[in-house]
Amino acid sequence: MKSWVVRCFLMRAAASFALLAVGLFCTGAWAEIETADNPEANPVWQKVRASLFKSRPIAAASDDVISLVVPARAEDAAIVPIAIHTRLLQTPTRYIDKVYLIIDNNPSPISAIFQFTPQSGRADIETRVRVDEYTHVRAIAETNDGRLHMATAFVKASGGCSAPPGKDAQAALASLGRMRLSVEGHAEDNQPQLAQLMISHPNNSGLALDQVSRLYTPAYFVRQVNVSYAGVLVMSADVDFSISENPNFRFYFLPRGDGELKAEVIDSHDLRFQSTLKYRRAQ
Amino acid sequence: MPGIPRSMPLLLAGMVLGACCAAAPAPDSGAVLAITEVKPGVFVHAGMLDDWGPGNGGDVANLGFIVGRRCVAVIDTGGTPAVGRALLASIERTTPLPICWVINTHAHPDHVLGNAAFVNAGSTAPHFVAHARFTRALAARETYYLNALERDFGLRLTHASIVYPDTVVETSLDLDLGDRVLTLRAWPTAHTDNDLTVYDQRTRTLFTSDLLFVQHLPVLDGSLRGWLAVMADLARIPADTVVPGHGGVSTDGSAALATQASYLEALTRDTRSAIHDHRTIQQAVDSITVPAGSHWLLGERFHRRNVTAAYAELEWEDIPPTTAEAPPRSPSSPQRSRP
Repeated sequence: MKSWVVRCFLMRAAASFALLAVGLFCTGAWAEIETADNPEANPVWQKVRASLFKSRPIAAASDDVISLVVPARAEDAAIVPIAIHTRLLQTPTRYIDKVYLIIDNNPSPISAIFQFTPQSGRADIETRVRVDEYTHVRAIAETNDGRLHMATAFVKASGGCSAPPGKDAQAALASLGRMRLSVEGHAEDNQPQLAQLMISHPNNSGLALDQVSRLYTPAYFVRQVNVSYAGVLVMSADVDFSISENPNFRFYFLPRGDGELKAEVIDSHDLRFQSTLKYRRAQ
Repeated sequence: MPGIPRSMPLLLAGMVLGACCAAAPAPDSGAVLAITEVKPGVFVHAGMLDDWGPGNGGDVANLGFIVGRRCVAVIDTGGTPAVGRALLASIERTTPLPICWVINTHAHPDHVLGNAAFVNAGSTAPHFVAHARFTRALAARETYYLNALERDFGLRLTHASIVYPDTVVETSLDLDLGDRVLTLRAWPTAHTDNDLTVYDQRTRTLFTSDLLFVQHLPVLDGSLRGWLAVMADLARIPADTVVPGHGGVSTDGSAALATQASYLEALTRDTRSAIHDHRTIQQAVDSITVPAGSHWLLGERFHRRNVTAAYAELEWEDIPPTTAEAPPRSPSSPQRSRP
C-alpha cells in the first residue's frame, strides 16, 4: 500500500464576471488507485469537498436528478469524453443552478463549475477532459434550493504513450481563437434546444519544464465561458486546463422566439473571443 | 526464464511467468538484446508487439544501430533504462567502435527512455539528436512518463534520467559515420509532431520511426491528415529495406505503407461520416470498428483511442478561419501579448 503525497492549495481569483473562479491545485506524486473502492475516502476529494461545500450534506445521485457517463478507460489521456445528464426540467421555481465537475487525481481537481438558469431548459453538459491517472470523476448538481446531488464514476488511466498534452502545440497556437457555435436539429416550441460550442485553444496546463530556461512554462487556458440567448444567460462555465485542448461544450437553451445565441470566451491571458448565431424557431 | 528486472515486484514477475510469450520480458543488468543484421552494418532489435508496459519490460519498439568506419549511430533506445543498457551491451559485443550519435525518432516513452544508458557510454560521449519539436513534446510529457514508470513498472526515475537532444533537425541533417552517411529527415505533424526518419544511403535502408507500423495497429498521436500526406512522401524514398517503428522489417516498403494507408483512410472516412451524421465523439468511438478482414494486432487496445483523436481533429476541418471574430480589446481587462 503506497502512501499518498498530495499538496493542495486553494486559489481564488475574482473573475471579471459575476462568478468567482475557484481552483484547488494539488501537486506531488500520488500512487495509483487501481480500483473504484470507497470514493468517499479519497484525500483529494476530502479537501475539495471541504473547500467547496463545507459540511453540507451531499446526496448520492439517483438517476432522476443527475447521471454521469464516462468511458471505463481513458483511451486517449488528452481527450476523455464526459457527459452529465440531468432529469429535472429547468423551471423558474425549481432548477439546477450549478454543476461541479471534479476529477480527483488531476493536478487541478476542480475541473469545471457550470452555471445554469431556467432559460437553460435542461442542465445537461457534455465536454472532454484530460485524465492521466486512475481517478474518480464526480458530477455534483446544486439545485436552486441549495441541495447537492453527486454522481460518481471511475476512470482507468490510459497507459502506454498516451499523455494529457495536446498533439501539436504549434498548430494549436496558430489557430487560437477560432470558434464555432451551432445547434443540433431544431427543437419543438418551448422545448430545450441542443447547442454546441467549439473553441480552438491550446488550453495547456503549463506543467512542462522548459529545457532552456529551466522554468515551468506558464499555463494558458480558457477560464470562462458565457453563453446567452436573446440577452439572457443560459450557460456559463468556470473552467481550466483539465478541459481538453480545443474546448468543446454541448449544452441546451430554451428558445423563445427568434433570437441571437452568443458565446463569449475569456482565457487566462484575458483574451476575449466571441461567436454569435442567429436562431429561428421551427416553422 | 531470465531477465526479470530485480526492481519489479514479485507479483509482477509471477504475471510475466504466467504469460504466453516466450520472449524474455525485460533485460536485466548484463543482459543483451537480440539483434539481427538486416543489411551489412545495419542492426535491428525487434521490439515485442505489445503496448509499452511492465509485462514486456518496456521492450516494444524496434531499435537499431548502424556501424560506420569511424563510429556508430544508435536509432532509439527502448522503453526503460534497462532496455537501453541491454542495447548498449549488444552494440559493444558487435563492434569496438565508439557511439557518436544517439538518434531519437520521436518523443514516445518506448523509444526514448533508454537514453540514460548512453550518456557517457564508452570513451566518447555521444551526441543526442532529434526533431526540432522533440524537446518541447518530451518536456510536456516527462512528468507523465516518470509517473507511468513508477505506477506501472515500479521504477523511480527522476528528471536527470530523461535525456534531451543537444542537436536538433529542422528539415534534414546528414551524419557521417565514416564512409557512411545517414540522412535524417524531420517531418511535419503525422504520427506525432516530431517524427524523424533515418536513411542509410549505402544500403538504402530506411528507419521510418513510427511513421510506419507493421502488424501492430497504427497509433495516432499527431495528425491523421498530416500522416497520410507524409506517407505519400515516404513512399518516394528509394528504400530497399524498411525498418518500421513496430513490427517486422520489410523489403517491400510500399506494400507496408499501403496496408497502413488503408487503415488510416478508413479511419478518416468513418470518422468524417460520424461527424457528418451528428454523432458525438463517444458515439463515434462506440460505433466505428477496425475494418473487417484486416489483420492488425492490438486493435482492441488502440483503435478507440485512434477514433477519439481522429474525431477531435476532423471536426474542425470544415470550419473556416473566418468563423472566429477578432478578439475585441476590452477596456476593463487589458489585452496581454500572446505567448
